[in-house]
Amino acid sequence: MSVSAHTPDATEMPAAARNHLISALRDIVSAECLLTAQDELAPYESDGLAVYRQRPAVVVLPETIEQVQAVMRLCHAESVPVIARGAGTGLSGGALPRPDAVTLGLGKFNRIIEIDAQHGTARVQPGVRNLAISEAAADFDLYYAPDPSSQIACSIGGNVAENAGGVHCLKYGLTVHNVLQVEVVTVEGERITIGSTAPDTPGADLLALMHGSEGLLGVIVEVTVKLLPVPPVAKVLLAAFDDVERAGDCVADIIAAGIVPAGLEMMDNAAILASDDFAQCGYPRDAAALFLCELDGSATEVDEQMQQVIALVERGGATQWRVAKDDAERAVFWKGRKSAFPAVGRISPDYYCMDGTIPRRHLGTVLQRMDALSKEYGLAIANVFHAGDGNLHPLILFDASKDGELERTEELGGKILSLCVEVGGTITGEHGVGVEKINQMCVQFNSDEIEQFHAVKAAFDPNGLLNPGKAIPTLQRCAEFGALHVHHGELPHPELERF
Amino acid sequence: MADHDITDNLRERVAEAMTTGATLRLVGGDSKSFYGCEVDPSATTLEIAGHRGITNYQPTELTLTARAGTPLSELRAALDDAGQMLPFEPPAFDGCDGALATLGGTVACGLSGPARPFNGACRDFLLGTRIINGRAQVLRFGGEVMKNVAGYDLSRLMVGALGSFGVILDASFKVLPKPAVTRSFSAACDLETALATMREKRMQYLPLTGASYVGERLHYRLAGATSSVNECAQIFHNDIAGEEDDGSHWQALREHTHPFFDDTRPLWRLALPPGTGPITVDSSSADQIVDWCGQQRWLLSDAPADIIQACARRAGGHATRFRRGDRNLFQDGEPSIQLLQTRLKAAFDPSGLFNPGKLAAGL
Ligand SMILES: Cc1cc2nc3c(=O)[nH]c(=O)nc-3n(C[C@H](O)[C@H](O)[C@H](O)COP(=O)(O)OP(=O)(O)OC[C@H]3O[C@@H](n4cnc5c(N)ncnc54)[C@H](O)[C@@H]3O)c2cc1C
Repeated sequence: MSVSAHTPDATEMPAAARNHLISALRDIVSAECLLTAQDELAPYESDGLAVYRQRPAVVVLPETIEQVQAVMRLCHAESVPVIARGAGTGLSGGALPRPDAVTLGLGKFNRIIEIDAQHGTARVQPGVRNLAISEAAADFDLYYAPDPSSQIACSIGGNVAENAGGVHCLKYGLTVHNVLQVEVVTVEGERITIGSTAPDTPGADLLALMHGSEGLLGVIVEVTVKLLPVPPVAKVLLAAFDDVERAGDCVADIIAAGIVPAGLEMMDNAAILASDDFAQCGYPRDAAALFLCELDGSATEVDEQMQQVIALVERGGATQWRVAKDDAERAVFWKGRKSAFPAVGRISPDYYCMDGTIPRRHLGTVLQRMDALSKEYGLAIANVFHAGDGNLHPLILFDASKDGELERTEELGGKILSLCVEVGGTITGEHGVGVEKINQMCVQFNSDEIEQFHAVKAAFDPNGLLNPGKAIPTLQRCAEFGALHVHHGELPHPELERF
Repeated sequence: MADHDITDNLRERVAEAMTTGATLRLVGGDSKSFYGCEVDPSATTLEIAGHRGITNYQPTELTLTARAGTPLSELRAALDDAGQMLPFEPPAFDGCDGALATLGGTVACGLSGPARPFNGACRDFLLGTRIINGRAQVLRFGGEVMKNVAGYDLSRLMVGALGSFGVILDASFKVLPKPAVTRSFSAACDLETALATMREKRMQYLPLTGASYVGERLHYRLAGATSSVNECAQIFHNDIAGEEDDGSHWQALREHTHPFFDDTRPLWRLALPPGTGPITVDSSSADQIVDWCGQQRWLLSDAPADIIQACARRAGGHATRFRRGDRNLFQDGEPSIQLLQTRLKAAFDPSGLFNPGKLAAGL
C-alpha cells in the first residue's frame, strides 16, 4: 500500500528528555535491544495499516518480564507514553507509534514456554506467532483454534489485544473464548495474573476485559491458551449463486437446519475474480457470489451433515456446487479465500479493508447501499464476508497516488461503517478501532458510553500513558466529528426502523 | 406475565437513589440471593423482574436478546420452538424449573451448568448488554452480533460482577442448535479411575457434554449427531462398561436438587485446573462430588474457610463459599485483582449505589 502523509498530531519529545530517557533505558536493556537511530526506527513507523505513519521516540525490545516491568516503571515515573507492539500486522493503526512515546516491541518474547498436551493448554510468550502454537501442538494432534488470515505473522499478544477472529470462529470462538489466563504488566510496572486455568473465577470478568483492549489497559507478557483435539475429518463445499442475497438466504437455511459449520465464508463477484486470478483456484468466475462451507467432526457425522448441506444448497438455488474430494483440493478451495486480500491488492494500486459486522439478514440491503455508495464515490468495492457471524470485509479499491483519493476512500469507508451501525451491527468485528475508526466510535456510542469507557481506562491507567489517543475518542473529538447525534435509537431515518 | 419495558422506571429509581443517598439491592427472581456476600441490609430493593420479554430472537443468526427480568423458562421455551438452546446450561436454582430465575441474574452470577467445560461458560455466549450505571445513565455495550471489538468489552465484564457495576437491562446471547440426540450413562468405579477417564476422553475429539463423579459412579453424557454419539458410546463402553440412564442426573446436578446437596454444612465450590487429582480437605467431615471433568468439585464441609481456600490454592485453583456458612467469606481473591475490582466498581458506580457489600465486604 502506498502512503500519504497521514498522521494524527502529537508533538515530538524534546531532545533533552529523549536523551535522558535513552540513558535510563540503557540501564534496563542491552544496547541491541534499544533502537534510537532514525534508520532503526523506520521499520516501526506503521502497522498493517500503512496509510498512517509516525516515528516513535525510541523502540525498546525487552527480553524478560522484569525488563518490561522496569521500562513501565521508568515511563510511569517520567510520564512517557508507552505503545505495546506485537508483530505489527494490525489493520487499524493500533500499534501506530507517537513521536513522544516509547514503542515497546514484544518480538523477543517468542518462546512457547510449555505445551501441556495431557490437559490441552499451552503457555506462551506474547510475541509467539499464532500459527506457531498450532504447529507446536500438532505433534500431539492438538491445535489452537482461532486462525486469523494473518496467522503466519501476527502474535498471540496482539491477538489478545485485538480479540482476533478467524474463519473458524463461528464454531470455535474468538480469541476471548480460547484464552484461559494472561499475565499483564500494569502501567505502574506491577505484574498481575488475570484469569486462571481453573474455570470461572468469581468476580467481574477481567480476562474478557483484556481482550480487545488494544494495549490501553496493560502489557500482556504471557498467555495461556486452550488447545483442542484436531477434528478427525474436515470437508468443504463450494456453492455458487447468481444472486448475493440468495447465497445469504442459503447460509441462513444451513444454520436453521441445526448445522454449525466450522467455517462459512462468502465472496462477491469482484472478490471471486481477483482471488481466482491470483490463486488459480478454479472458482466459478461468473457467479455473483459463492460460499465455502466447511464441516468438521467424525467421518460419519461430516458425511451426514454434508448431505444435508447439499440438499439445502440445491433447494436454495445454487447454480453449481462442489465438494472438495480430498485435502489437497480442500486446500485449493481455501487458498482463494485466504488470499483474497493480497489478490485484491494486485488488481488495484491500493485497497482499504473495512471490518463492519451486520446482522446477516440485512446483507442484501447493506450490499445494495454499498453499491450505491461505490457508484457515488467512483470507487470499486470487493466483498469478503465471514457469513457465519456477519463480519463483512468490504475492500475499497483506490489509488493513493491520485490526489484526494485516499481521503475519499476514508469518507466512503466511514459511511459503510455508519451503515453497519444503522442496521444494528458494529464498526469493527475483529480489526479493532485503533486510530482508524476513532471517529466512527462516536457513531456507535453516545457520550455517556464513551465517558464510561474512559472511566474504565482510568481504573487501570489514570494518567493515560498506555497507547494514548487510540480506541476510545475524546468527547471533544466526537463533537468535532459531529456524529454524536447518530445513535442506536436515534438514527437519521427512524422511519426505516432497521429495515 | 406480559412483556414490559420498565427502563424509564428503573432509571428513575437509580436517579432518585443518587440524590437521596439510598443504596439499592438488585433483585431479579430472587433465586440466587444466597450467592455472594450479604448485601448491606439498609439497601432498598429494586425489583427487576417486571422488566421482561424477548425483544429480538433470530434463530438463523443464532442470536437472542431479552430483557433482564425474563424468566429462564420463557427463554427455554422460545428456544425449544426453534430447536435451539443456551449452551452453557444456566442453573435456575429456583425450584420451579426456571419460572422465577431471570436472565439478568444469570448474567450477574455468571454460573454455568454441567456442559460448561465442553460448550463454554455464560460469558462465552454473552454478546452484549444494556445497563444502568451508578450515574443513572442507560448504556449499551457489545451488541447483537457475534463479532464486535468496538470499545472495551464491558458487557462480559458484567458476568460474575453480581450486579455491583450496574442494573442489567437486557442481554444478548449467542445460542446454538440443540444436538440431535443426547444419551447419558454411568459406570461404577473409584475416583481415580473416573478422573483419569475424564482426563483422557476430554482430549479426544468426542461429543462429550457432561462428565461427573457422583455416588461412586462416573457419569457421562454424549450429545450431537446421532452417528457420532453412538460411535462414542461404543468407545466409552469398550473402556468402562456403563449403563444408560434417563439423563435426569444432569438436571439434578445443575439445579443442586441431587440428594448430595441436601445438607446443613456449608457448600463450597472448588474450581481447579484440568487434571487435578483427588482433593482431600478434611477427611473426617468432607464430602465431595466432581463435575466439569474434574475441574469443579462441590464440597460439603465444616472445615474453616482458610483451610479450604488454601487447599484449592495449592492445587492451582480457588474456592468459593457457595451456600451456607459465613457469607462474608465468599471468595479469596488476589489483592491486585481485588484492587482492580474496587477501582472498576468506582468507575461504574462512584457512589456505591448497587448491591453494597455483595461482591466483597466494603465493595
Ligand atoms: C493480511 C492480513 C490479514 C488479517 N486477517 C485477520 C483476520 O482474519 N482476523 C483478525 O482478527 N485480524 C486479522 N488481521 C489483523 C491483525 O493480524 C490482528 O489484529 C492481529 O491480532 C494483530 O496482531 P499483531 O501481533 O500484529 O499486533 P500489532 O499490530 O503489533 O498490535 C495490535 C494492537 O495490539 C496491541 N498489542 C500488541 N501486543 C500487545 C501486548 N503484548 N500487550 C498489550 N497490547 C499489545 C498494540 O498496542 C495494538 O494496539 C489481518 C491482518 C493482515 C495484515
